[in-house]
Amino acid sequence: MINLFVSAIVFGTVILYGALGEILTEKAGNLNLGVPGIMYLGGIAGLASAFAYESAVAEPVGVVCLIITFVAAFLASALGGLIYSFLTITLRANQNVTGLTLTIFGGGVANFFGGALNTLAGGVGQISIAATSAAYRTSIPGMGTGNWFCQIFLSHGFMVYLALVLAIALHVFLNKTRTGLNLRAVGENPATADAAGINVTKYKYFATCIGAGISGMGGLFYTVDYIKGTWASEGTIEALGWLAVALVIFASWKSLNAIWGAYLFGFLTWLYLYVPQLRTMLIGALNLDQDALQILNLTRSSQELFKMLPYLATILVLVVVSLRKKRENQPPAHLGLHYFREER
Amino acid sequence: MSSVHTVREPLIRISKRSGMPVWKSWLIRLAAVLVALLLSGLFILSVTGLNPIKVYVAMFEGALGTTRKTWFTIRDTMMLLCISIGLAPAFKMKFWNIGAEGQVLVGGIATAGLMIYLGDGSISTPALLVLMAVVSLLAGALWGIIPAVFKARWGTNETLFTLMMNYVAIQLTSYCVALWENPFGSNTVGVINRQTKVGWFPEVFGQNFGLNVIIVLVLTVGMYVYLKYSKQGYEITVLGESENTARYAGMKPGGVIIRTMAISGAICGLAGFIAVAGASHTISTSTAGGQGFTAIIVAWLAKFNTFVMLLISFILAFLQKGAMEIASQFKLNDFASNVITGIILFCIIASEFFINYRMVLRKRKEAEHK
Amino acid sequence: MIFLANDNSCKDTRRYEQPSITVDNAVQMRGVTKIFGSVIANDKVDLDIRHGEILSLLGENGSGKTTLMNMLSGIYFPDEGEVYVEGEPVTIRSPKDAIDLGIGMVHQHFKLVDVLTATENIILGLKEPGRLNLKKAAEKIRAICDKYGFVVEPEKKVYDMSVSEKQTVEIVKVLYRGANILVLDEPTAVLTPQETEKLFDVIRNMKEDGKSIIIITHKLHEVMAISDRVAVLRKGEHVADVDTVETNPQELTDMMVGHAVRLNINRPEPKNRVKRLEIRDLSVNNVYGLRAVDKANFDVYGGEILGIAGISGCGQKELLEAIAGLQSTEEGSSVRYYPEDTDEFKELVGMNPLDIKKAGIGFSFVPEDRLGMGLVGSVGMVDNMMLRSYRDGHSIFTDHKAPKKLAEAVKEQLEVVTPSINTPVRSLSGGNVQKVLVGREIAANPKVLMTAYAVRGLDINTSYTIYNLLTEQKMKGVAVIYVGEDLDVLLELCDRILVLCGGKVNGILDARTATKEQVGLLMTNLQEKEENAQ
Repeated sequence: MINLFVSAIVFGTVILYGALGEILTEKAGNLNLGVPGIMYLGGIAGLASAFAYESAVAEPVGVVCLIITFVAAFLASALGGLIYSFLTITLRANQNVTGLTLTIFGGGVANFFGGALNTLAGGVGQISIAATSAAYRTSIPGMGTGNWFCQIFLSHGFMVYLALVLAIALHVFLNKTRTGLNLRAVGENPATADAAGINVTKYKYFATCIGAGISGMGGLFYTVDYIKGTWASEGTIEALGWLAVALVIFASWKSLNAIWGAYLFGFLTWLYLYVPQLRTMLIGALNLDQDALQILNLTRSSQELFKMLPYLATILVLVVVSLRKKRENQPPAHLGLHYFREER
Repeated sequence: MSSVHTVREPLIRISKRSGMPVWKSWLIRLAAVLVALLLSGLFILSVTGLNPIKVYVAMFEGALGTTRKTWFTIRDTMMLLCISIGLAPAFKMKFWNIGAEGQVLVGGIATAGLMIYLGDGSISTPALLVLMAVVSLLAGALWGIIPAVFKARWGTNETLFTLMMNYVAIQLTSYCVALWENPFGSNTVGVINRQTKVGWFPEVFGQNFGLNVIIVLVLTVGMYVYLKYSKQGYEITVLGESENTARYAGMKPGGVIIRTMAISGAICGLAGFIAVAGASHTISTSTAGGQGFTAIIVAWLAKFNTFVMLLISFILAFLQKGAMEIASQFKLNDFASNVITGIILFCIIASEFFINYRMVLRKRKEAEHK
Repeated sequence: MIFLANDNSCKDTRRYEQPSITVDNAVQMRGVTKIFGSVIANDKVDLDIRHGEILSLLGENGSGKTTLMNMLSGIYFPDEGEVYVEGEPVTIRSPKDAIDLGIGMVHQHFKLVDVLTATENIILGLKEPGRLNLKKAAEKIRAICDKYGFVVEPEKKVYDMSVSEKQTVEIVKVLYRGANILVLDEPTAVLTPQETEKLFDVIRNMKEDGKSIIIITHKLHEVMAISDRVAVLRKGEHVADVDTVETNPQELTDMMVGHAVRLNINRPEPKNRVKRLEIRDLSVNNVYGLRAVDKANFDVYGGEILGIAGISGCGQKELLEAIAGLQSTEEGSSVRYYPEDTDEFKELVGMNPLDIKKAGIGFSFVPEDRLGMGLVGSVGMVDNMMLRSYRDGHSIFTDHKAPKKLAEAVKEQLEVVTPSINTPVRSLSGGNVQKVLVGREIAANPKVLMTAYAVRGLDINTSYTIYNLLTEQKMKGVAVIYVGEDLDVLLELCDRILVLCGGKVNGILDARTATKEQVGLLMTNLQEKEENAQ
């Protein structure tokens, strides 16, 4: 059972990065549906740079691995954000269309190079980035075998905690700093922000590019840590990217909510593996017949229905938020629209 | 004018164009495609060192080289076009239906299910085809109506809702695939009714995909007429412009939203039917294959004109097929097609700016005033 | 039909020219021109703003007052001309540039972020040293409020605020930024008389403090009450500049419209007056759940024009929309329609526009928001002609023949200037858009014709065209409701004038005997002694 929570947190961390970046982007009024593409870019850049470094150097140094992959992943994803920004902000293209194109493009680029990397390494699953993976997976010694608390919360690599720090930092940034205040105003009402002397274009560019960089960290974490440096072009990252978009809505654009939301999504995603155990526990606890609770006896097909839960939960949140009409929980008022000062 | 003044004026100012001749706007779009091909060529050259011209020739051969290849390109064009047509009424109403992927999948599930369960020959293929078409229409419509009802009733954000519905549909597909898998343990459904071909599209004019073309072209013309000349199409136009105007004209915005999304979803569901019964004869989570998302871009770029959608769909299908060819010829992987598609779409999206806006350079502006 | 075909008389006034550049003035604008498409919004305007004065920028709707000030505050960039601040030439490219020069503008449509608090809105975009300190900012805001006599709750969210509170936040925002030149765009349009008085006190305090204040307005009594100097704009040109003490409302009006207001609107006596509508206890809540129309009682007669007067936003929009079936009404409301000249009636409350049409009730409605409600901007005249009749006939397709005929007829009779009847109406000028709308509504042969601000933004010729059309309808026995803002027009065009004040019917006057002062008084002073409660 402890494993369930461990995997929930690790899985949650991937989409937490994606969601945090997207929160920053959306707070500036840009609905970037290119998150999957951006996470792809971050993932492949991290993997490729690690592979290149480890192939070139005989004895790779952990810290260097970290720095190289970090910079590569951030730059590649921020570049994706820059393409999106240029098209939607400067050229005033439709945000949905541009974002979706970015998803196609990012996925294409990543899988193209991912495939090439596999070929280069001699086949799927042959990419070896042991040093990088090890650096990412370094955790506090002894925690993996400690009590349940240590195992669940303290046994992870640093990226898990970095995501938490980032979420808190984002919260502080948005709510306690001048720049954050200005950024929120840009997303809510760019005409007002403009009239108040805020450079709307600059804010949107920075928020989108940095946001994309953060989202890309999710891809990086996924490739170098979560799946230990392999590449499979089966669209997993795309699904994770959409889950990150869902998480933004689920968290109603609040980075602190995104933390528990991400872990909840992770929990719901992996729950199906543990449902049979749960059934046994319940039967034991309630003194039920061995044939009771058949509904929890998951087959391979009904597992898939279980994986729907995060999306259903997001839809539920979306509906509840629109029903309650509480102003603080609504999407940024100018989300998805572009701003042109002299338009009348 | 004081010189201090003019020097500090902004270098470029952007203003909306009042209009542009149609030929000129198409010229700009053509230029965008050429720029995109140039960029893609550079990409191919820098990554693989291959001669881009050779690669493009190979692409052309891959897409249109033989009759058989041409028909595959046509099949894919029709698929993309069908989904785009489904999206057109929703987008014209300014309802962001991002859920085509899911709507296609539920249509596909319905079709595949009927093919499997009624595939024992208890019902003739023509009757089964009609039944499958109707059920897939209904399934797609249902998938479209759900977010529409919430939008109409409570103003729930449709972009995000329809997006989520895609993943519910994908998981539903995974569920069905696991349920219907054949052979056991393969986690795929395999080709349904491989021997009997029950529920498969019949050959038309000796072509496997003839019926696909007929259905989609009828839809192309039908949707064009529907949007332009029907009363319901008029309501969509008015509502897309302003909800207040619609209410003023005595329309019920909620009703129009739900009806239009039912139509939109239904046509996407029918695309799922065509994909399963008319092309792959199987169902998997990649039955829609991202076409639901690509179609959004097609429908948007075509400005709701279904004939322009035909053109854009063909270009994209051509690229896909061409890229697959070069993948096998030059040992690249076929994701190159997504890269090139992305580049071309970026360029076309960017070109819209030059069609809608005008840049006034400082010097030019002064000249105008003289 | 149009008897003022060649009205060049208002063009004769010579353009007002300002003296040369000097540091004695806070702002000097020279030869400032702004063109939107084919419309010249400002034509070589020269304007001076002195230190420590209250300047009224006076002009009719569409005379270019707001555009001119938008260029001063960096919203628009002038196509031609120079601006000098304290004698120095400056380029104002953005609102930020304007703020840096000490120029702040309070827009008519408030530029506030709803989900933020007053304090957050006020400090938005500022680059003060140090970390964000909302408490300190709130203290500074309180100090400003105390100095000039404002009341602001720093922690209050904007979406919880009344209109006058929002306006106060806007003004404090500008002062907080250290503006010495304040532009207020129609600040009193949304205020009650009491609030207006308070605002004027504050403005006087600011003037005492040495600030220059520009008030954009078209209300003459306010110009006389508050300003030191008046600059008059007409059709984008600066036509006059006078000290307030040396002028009077009559003269200002002359300068504003170019000639003395002798409108000479043809007003025949009504004949065959018959009751068409009986409105009883009509109450409407606006989108925020606030009472917009409060127990309105009045009758509307065929064969007469009923004018509705009131300061903007005091229930006119909701009243008309409720009658037209576009707004839901509150418990106890009743709108009775008398189709024949008998006692038979139909109750309209609870009907939507489609029900009303299906019931065979001839309602025509020219709404205030022409392109947002009355017309579809992206399509041409033909498709707009069928907006209210597209359902006719059993075909699933729309009939294009009849609307095409109608479009051609409207284009010819009302002299609509358009390249083609299929050109999107959005690209037509305001006057032509209105002709399309009014033409369609009249062509429906209504029994009741409701118009909201039918001549807003139109030139004088088009306005007279519209007046004549309405009068023609009245003589055909149509019950015409005319919501207007220009009292002179109301007094000369209508037969009776209903005055709204705060959503209540504050009196109904005979337009032939009523005076402007009477109407003005009813517009601003509620007859019941409710304000004593404050």
